[in-house]
Amino acid sequence: MSININSRPGSARNNRTGSWRVDRRPKFLRQNCIACRLCLLICPEGIITGKAKNSFETDYVYCKGCGLCAAVCPKKDIEMIPEDTETEG
Amino acid sequence: MPEHLLSPGHTACAGCGQALAARLVIDTAGPNTIIVNNTGCLEVFTTAYPESAWEVPFIHSLFENAGAVASGVESALRQTGRLDQIRVIAQAGDGGTADIGLQALSGMWERGHDILSICYDNEAYMNTGIQRSGLTPTFTSTTTSPAGKASAGNPRPKKNVMEIALAHGIPYVASASAGFPMDLQKKVKKALAIRGPKYLHIHVPCPLGWRHEPADTYRVARLAVETGLFPMVEFEGGQQTGSYTLSAPKPVAEYLKLQGRFRHLFKPGAEAALQEIQAIADRNIARYGLAKPA
Amino acid sequence: MKDFIEGSDAVARAVALCRPGVISAYPITPQTHIVEFLASMVADGKLKSQFINVESEHSAASLVLGASAAGERVFSASSSQGLILMSEVLFNIAGMRMPVVLACVNRALSAPINIWNDQQDSMAVRDSGWIQLYAETGQECGDLIFQAYRLAESPEVRVPVMVCLDGYLLSHGLEVVDVPEAAEVDKFLPPYRPAEKLDPAAPMTFGPLAGPDYYLEIRHDLHAAMRGALKLIPSIAADFSRQFGRNSGGLIEGYRLEDAELAIVAAGSVCGTIKEAIDALRQEGVKAGLLRLITYRPFPEEAVSAALAGVGRVAVLDKAISLGATGPIYADLATALVHGKNQARVNGYIAGLGGRDITIETIREIFTRLSGEEVSAGFVGLKG
Repeated sequence: MSININSRPGSARNNRTGSWRVDRRPKFLRQNCIACRLCLLICPEGIITGKAKNSFETDYVYCKGCGLCAAVCPKKDIEMIPEDTETEG
Repeated sequence: MPEHLLSPGHTACAGCGQALAARLVIDTAGPNTIIVNNTGCLEVFTTAYPESAWEVPFIHSLFENAGAVASGVESALRQTGRLDQIRVIAQAGDGGTADIGLQALSGMWERGHDILSICYDNEAYMNTGIQRSGLTPTFTSTTTSPAGKASAGNPRPKKNVMEIALAHGIPYVASASAGFPMDLQKKVKKALAIRGPKYLHIHVPCPLGWRHEPADTYRVARLAVETGLFPMVEFEGGQQTGSYTLSAPKPVAEYLKLQGRFRHLFKPGAEAALQEIQAIADRNIARYGLAKPA
Repeated sequence: MKDFIEGSDAVARAVALCRPGVISAYPITPQTHIVEFLASMVADGKLKSQFINVESEHSAASLVLGASAAGERVFSASSSQGLILMSEVLFNIAGMRMPVVLACVNRALSAPINIWNDQQDSMAVRDSGWIQLYAETGQECGDLIFQAYRLAESPEVRVPVMVCLDGYLLSHGLEVVDVPEAAEVDKFLPPYRPAEKLDPAAPMTFGPLAGPDYYLEIRHDLHAAMRGALKLIPSIAADFSRQFGRNSGGLIEGYRLEDAELAIVAAGSVCGTIKEAIDALRQEGVKAGLLRLITYRPFPEEAVSAALAGVGRVAVLDKAISLGATGPIYADLATALVHGKNQARVNGYIAGLGGRDITIETIREIFTRLSGEEVSAGFVGLKG
């Protein structure tokens, strides 16, 4: 039985890289967001979604906790908080 | 259709500049794109069998031959009349572009294939563990050009691949940065609208290799441009038509001090080296006219 | 249609009849005529392929890899240093299961630099996962190309095929070659339709990183496909024979082997000389025979062992050497005969390196040494 040596598209989604987070995760405060989309553009995993002001969120299944979203937000509307804190969504 | 054409679940380091740039590139290029990738971080962290993060057709062959493999893909598309609908992008890091991969790229440019070649420049051979490349800047500490009692790190300047590309007379050559994501997207879109060989050189910080915090990737990328050490320019038809001008260039120390790979330059006795690096930035600003107001 | 042409021309015409979509070209003596003939056909509009002049053999192989992955039938050719330069890509093409067909015009390896014929180049890449077929005549140079594409592209194979022809002796030697008509070739060789290719309509990732948990099975798969080709090669040759009315290709050819007491095993054009020597020896009452290896990889141990079943003494004539050890064919053959429980004594001879002429006298000498007490072997024809 021949093995298919080519990989299927997007199958990397099986790999839940959120398990990499050790000590911090981003919290989207949703207070002063101006929907500049910089967090969405800059996330190396491409997991931040959102459109209108104060509607942005990340996907903790994949978020590695790098902190770039919090670092780039011009309104400081994203905070890196300890990993074991409760967050919504 | 998936949200992004480079899916999450890839194994890039947290804060990887190359991952963010690669995603911006393919999202801008769209689904009718075939990616040809040399061996390097990007290929390794996106295609560990049996998983792949690519939602577009993707091929990885060897370390140095993306230029030639892409030429073959493009020729096949030309033969079947599909080159108008499908774009081909050849991607590589330092080595695959400027060193081991330079021959194949040169051949591809010289033959005039309709391909966008992209270099993700993180200034060392990162995939093999931070060794010096032809794109490693002067006085950078890498594992094969370490700073030590008898050395201030890599003694050689960065190879200017844009000039090499320009020497081939190709229609579009530009540099971009992970710190300027919207500018990067604009340049990708512009490049893909041009027929013929195009070259885009993207500066991408590597938190691991440059020894900075993952959250600093954006800031470090921007500082490289704002000091003049990484000039962001555009050439069309061989003429410089665009540049990111610096009304008040930042001193190189502001950029260097964020990165552990330059730590040795802040010890006593390293002042001359710092001055040399400042001179490189000043020369770039002069050469590309970056000090002129916009 | 019969024509008086060189082997390179036979190859080029055969390739043109197979209508590859993409051809890559980089010159190296003595292969260059092949790509020059093809360039000429393209320039005259007789062959509608993309003909790409690349900047090195490494890129010549890489280019056809990319085009094959994108779904096109492809072709390239090389020799000697060029083949060794592209060897990294050859392993890659086989590992990626691309049905590339390459003509190797056999030439010696540097250093010292030597442009004349021996088989060291293709032998040096015998581990690469490519099927290797060796032509004896100009006719076979062309005929093996048709069979190569059919073999490589078979869904149960999907292994690249190297058609090997001796430099100068076959590439530049003129022979009467029967070049088939296009319609006949189309009956024998269907269009190439890969199950997967680089296509936005069905995106796939080619060339992944495969770790220790996966690599062994993937490698075994390639090996198994090559072994499976041992069954397909004779049936393709039989089909060819039925359709074109002549024998070409297959695993082996036995010449006056049925009652032979002494036999030489060899591959390529030297077999023509050996056959002539055998005819002369037979007149003198010597029961000499030839086992011509046509398929060298995969190695056809069963066919070889069976063909040599009654032969007491076997000499392998290698036009190559694994330096520091033995000739490559010798190593494979001796192993095959041990496993086949043949009773033969096997000697290995190295001859013809760097284009040193192998004459009927050379063959006679080998048969003489074989019939004597000499157990193993060495170089034939050393001066002084």
